[in-house]
Amino acid sequence: MKVRTIHLPLTDKTIRSLKAGDEVSLNGYIYTARDQAHFRFVKSICSGKIPSIIKGQTLYYAGPTPACPGRAAGSCGPTTSNRMDLFTPHLLKSGLRGMIGKGARSEDVRRAIKKFKAVYFITIAGAGAYLSERITEAKPVLYKDLGAEAVYRLKLKDFPAIVAIDHTGKGI
Amino acid sequence: MRKISVKKIESAVSALSMEANFVLRKDVLRALKKAYQAQKPGKAKRVLGILVENAEVAGRSKTAICQDTGMAEVFLAIGQKVIITGGDLSKAVNGGVRLGYKKGFLRKSVVSDPFLRKNTCDNSPAVIHTRIVPGDRLKITVMPKGFGSENKTSIRMFNPTHGAKEVSDFVVEAVRKAGADACPPYIIGVGIGGTLDKACILAKEALLRPVGRVSRKPHIATIERSLRKRINALRIGPMGFGGGATCLGVNIEDYPTHIAGLPVCVSISCHATRSASKTI
Repeated sequence: MKVRTIHLPLTDKTIRSLKAGDEVSLNGYIYTARDQAHFRFVKSICSGKIPSIIKGQTLYYAGPTPACPGRAAGSCGPTTSNRMDLFTPHLLKSGLRGMIGKGARSEDVRRAIKKFKAVYFITIAGAGAYLSERITEAKPVLYKDLGAEAVYRLKLKDFPAIVAIDHTGKGI
Repeated sequence: MRKISVKKIESAVSALSMEANFVLRKDVLRALKKAYQAQKPGKAKRVLGILVENAEVAGRSKTAICQDTGMAEVFLAIGQKVIITGGDLSKAVNGGVRLGYKKGFLRKSVVSDPFLRKNTCDNSPAVIHTRIVPGDRLKITVMPKGFGSENKTSIRMFNPTHGAKEVSDFVVEAVRKAGADACPPYIIGVGIGGTLDKACILAKEALLRPVGRVSRKPHIATIERSLRKRINALRIGPMGFGGGATCLGVNIEDYPTHIAGLPVCVSISCHATRSASKTI
């Protein structure tokens, strides 16, 4: 199967062209966010303030290891997506367009992906070292007090992923 | 009596924390390669190929195999003729974890309190299991346990009239429920017998046994082989892409138990099941 090159942040046109099962190569900027960051995002949204890194962006469910000197990023594979399921519909409603993680999502998340025209990618679980070579920049930008769970801005280069749920709600 | 200084223990734990996270166990790598060769071309095979490449990249560049460098579980088999000198044993182990996770650029994933959840920023403390054994040596094993798979642990107290069939069904169901979340192909550690806490430790010890080495008890080895077949027939496969590689192996450790019960713990471990040992 042909691997499509995708540029980030995602455009509406790109999202609509992606189908469940498509193999893609991601290029551009994304943000990491795990459990505690999601919790804070939603608390912020509930108090009427949408974090600036949500709208139009793609979140990667990951917490990298610190980078060794001379390397852009440490080991950086996906964490289990379904722990974010409770929070995800709120973020999609606030303009989040893409997510990268591992494993299945809840029915609520699938419905929200369809409603708000977003996309859920999965990437190679447990291949943190391999994926680290496809990250050219990594910088903590938010919630730095969370340590390993801080939000990092990552630049991806030829980062492998598969469309697991497309904008029509269809899954693999 | 033989003296072993806490300094020596600290430096061994530090080195083992790094080794376990950088170098995939030989038995696990061998099993992954075998699964790759057996898999028909397609997505599942490509993922298995990347997992083998990932292990190679990690070892070469001293980058963690997986970003979840785990909570460190440290198993100490302490010879009864050993005297630990120069300080506190637990402090030495935790000091070794702190040092290894810092020097190895490993992720600090431990929080100081289950509710307050403040990161300790040095991955300490470890979970330490000690056992007193004959002899004058100290065997240290560090197992960094990732929580994507730890979260999928299943435990159950069966009735004593239940047997291999009910227990096997429970193990298969535990893997089916985990789906692809915990990074298949899995290594399944099953602890059976003792008390509940004993069964849990047995399940972890089962993960330390090399993949492919069966139980010494023939009736248990038969269950291991049958479970492996049944789990692979679930066809979850790498990243959930199907195929025959849902688990690389099933290891069962057992222990005598009470007339009233049959405790079982199923510990699911990912394709990057990591551990490293040293005997001082």
